[in-house]
Amino acid sequence: MEETLKNSFDTERKTVYDPLLNNESMIISLKELRLFYGNKQALFNVNMDIPKGKVTALIGPSGCGKSTLLRCINRLNDLLDFVRIEGDITLNGESIYDKSVDLSELRKKLGMVAQKPNPFPMSIYENVVYPLKIDGVKKKSILDEACEKSLKSAGLWEEVKDRLKDNALGLSGGQQQRLCIARAIAPEPEVILMDEPCSALDPLATMKIEELILSLRGDYTVAIVTHNMQQAARVSDYTAFMYMGYLVEYGNTINIFKKPRLKDTEDYITGRFG
Amino acid sequence: MGLFERKNYKIFFRSKGEAVLWLTGGGLMISLIMIAFLILLVLKNGLGNYIPLPITMMELKNGELLMGEVTKSELYTLDKAKFDQLDDKDKLRINENGMKEKRYLLRIGNFELTNEHFKWVSEYEIKNRSYPKDAVIIERLEWGRFYGIPKEFRIDGKAVSTDLNGIISNYKKYHDYVVKLWEEKVSIEKKEIGKLNHYIEKERLKLKKASMDLSKAKATKNELKIKEAQAIYEMSKAEFDAFDKSVKKNYERLIDKIDDLKKEYERYSIHFLTVDGKEKDVKLFEMIRSYYANQLTFSEKVGVYFSRWVEFLTGEPREANSEGGVFPAIFGTVVMTLIMSMFVVPFGVIAAIYMKEYAKSGKLISILRIAINNLAGVPSIVYGVFGLGFFAYTLGASIDKLFYSAKLPNPTFGTGGILWSSLTLALLTLPVVIVATEEAINAVPNSLREGSYACGATKWQTIRYIVLPRAMPGIMTGFILAMSRGAGEVAPLMLVGAVKLAPEMPVDSIFPFVHLERSFMHLGFHIYDLGFQSQNSDAAIPMVYTTTLLLITIVVVLNVVAIYIRNRLRKKFIGSIF
Repeated sequence: MEETLKNSFDTERKTVYDPLLNNESMIISLKELRLFYGNKQALFNVNMDIPKGKVTALIGPSGCGKSTLLRCINRLNDLLDFVRIEGDITLNGESIYDKSVDLSELRKKLGMVAQKPNPFPMSIYENVVYPLKIDGVKKKSILDEACEKSLKSAGLWEEVKDRLKDNALGLSGGQQQRLCIARAIAPEPEVILMDEPCSALDPLATMKIEELILSLRGDYTVAIVTHNMQQAARVSDYTAFMYMGYLVEYGNTINIFKKPRLKDTEDYITGRFG
Repeated sequence: MGLFERKNYKIFFRSKGEAVLWLTGGGLMISLIMIAFLILLVLKNGLGNYIPLPITMMELKNGELLMGEVTKSELYTLDKAKFDQLDDKDKLRINENGMKEKRYLLRIGNFELTNEHFKWVSEYEIKNRSYPKDAVIIERLEWGRFYGIPKEFRIDGKAVSTDLNGIISNYKKYHDYVVKLWEEKVSIEKKEIGKLNHYIEKERLKLKKASMDLSKAKATKNELKIKEAQAIYEMSKAEFDAFDKSVKKNYERLIDKIDDLKKEYERYSIHFLTVDGKEKDVKLFEMIRSYYANQLTFSEKVGVYFSRWVEFLTGEPREANSEGGVFPAIFGTVVMTLIMSMFVVPFGVIAAIYMKEYAKSGKLISILRIAINNLAGVPSIVYGVFGLGFFAYTLGASIDKLFYSAKLPNPTFGTGGILWSSLTLALLTLPVVIVATEEAINAVPNSLREGSYACGATKWQTIRYIVLPRAMPGIMTGFILAMSRGAGEVAPLMLVGAVKLAPEMPVDSIFPFVHLERSFMHLGFHIYDLGFQSQNSDAAIPMVYTTTLLLITIVVVLNVVAIYIRNRLRKKFIGSIF
């Protein structure tokens, strides 16, 4: 099965796009993106546009490059000195791999939520305002306001408003992840990148996060990597299926799940491999 | 034979590892026993040193009379010739002890009369023993302890009272007064005259500098310069003369005051009769502590015991360090350790941050890491030699040449001192801090760093706000290890600044208050000095234990404080991981 798939990629290497995508206004576009870990190529000529104000899910089996792709968008892969990136990514039409780009300025526009909750070892309040503080915001009223607003957007305000000065590490896993989301939206980014945000959480906490993602839709563009296909179906407007470093099929979530155009996509979605 | 019984015993023994259990458990046990033995030894001897002992009077068979404290007793093998000369009663006893005779170490004191502090007395020499009620132990400022029977209380050499009660009441009446006068005199000598000397020295150096500048100017043969230097020199000379005159007046005034005090407090004395029939006048101010050893109640014994501890902890050493206190050594040890920490922690942390966060991991860094680890294995005396050669003789000498040229050839920084000692020990403990910090930085999860970068933080911000706080407990561990090592180290200090007796403390009331060039006393060196360099080794060896106990206590206290801080940090930064 995998053998045939591989062969078909080697010959075709063509991504199938949904025509519905043409109706959207795009915020991020990946152009011929190729990524190498040393000598090993991990992404092959990915062309993909992420629509503004919508939730886009990236699905695919482990190791297919979806997290790598996400980390290309806020240039986190730059931290690894054996990674080489070719091609280009634009945010609002401007290249983010340009030499003039300041990483701090770029990352302020791209909030990120990691796989495992990673609150910093400080108070809840400090955690939320961290992005603002390192940006040089000192005024307490601004910080307080941003903190309250972000926590409210993340649905955490009611639970923590009385203990903002407590250590963030005392929160439960689900609360920590929502705190990380609050931290990601505190500097009012345009895009929120989520890398399997629920993989370390129990079903109840997962449900809360999913509700939160749906509520963020519209105000923010969300790109979410997930292993859980039901989750992709529940929260996303568009879904991209990746396999072995290629973007295989990209389109409206309903279409991808109800009537995928490629047999490979269908096989993956129905659980025949992966 | 049961179904599940072990069949292959060869495998059984190898796989079960019973032998390993015994081996590891036994190894742990042996180390525990050794540590416990060491601690018990130090505790017993260290705490027991100050217990007040009774005065024993021994009448020997050869007619000699001895009086003093029995500080130690032991069995020794008597040689045959001596044994044959003994009478039957002694022979019987020695036979019962397995041909070994008991002997006592008697502290007889009265050094200026007997030329001995201690004397060994064998059991067979003793005719009888008694515990005279009216015998007194006196701890004195000089000459060690005095044992005798008080006869008269004298003022101006005339007897005021001759009965026991009168002597005691007079002693109580005048002792505090006399000691106060004596302390005043010492404080004048130390503080005011010391300050005066300090100012004189300063002015003298100013003058010397001016004269040196003048001769330098003459060498250039520049008329203008010579004139200028000449003017400065003359001005300084006039200033110095004026200063000298005023100081001399002050000086004389102080000397007069000291003489007055001396005259007053030397009036009071107690006349004693020693056991060997000699008479001795002991001045009241010399007596630090005196008591009827054989009449003490339990609470008085406790009082003597603690007053000795207080003197040990707060006083200055007397009698070539074998008596008195170790306060200067405690102070020197703590100050030296603190200065060392001030250097080693920032340097070690900075180096570790560069190696872990900034440098690209590669061959060079690996080699560097191996080199740093090897540094930890270099014998500490080598660091001492390096400290002396580089810090004191090279760096210090250059500092002297630049800033203290007037004082040359007397070195200021160009010899051992507390700064160079601290730097040497900082060098010695640097690998410990670097390795501990590297490990602590390693243990910071990458997800936190990425989280910080994703928030838009720069590398430095990430290190400053995320990595360093999170690594702090680990850094504290390195700090604790470095501190323990530094406080206990002796060998390098012998070369770079620790001395037997430091006349001045490294921190005092004379500007600029912290004198980093001064040599200092150190508890570890003090122990070595007491144990191996002391003239009066019988008196010094118990002090070795007491000082060791103190040094261990200080290290433990420093560690406990640091561990407490570390645990608080740990709770704050690592918390629960769900």
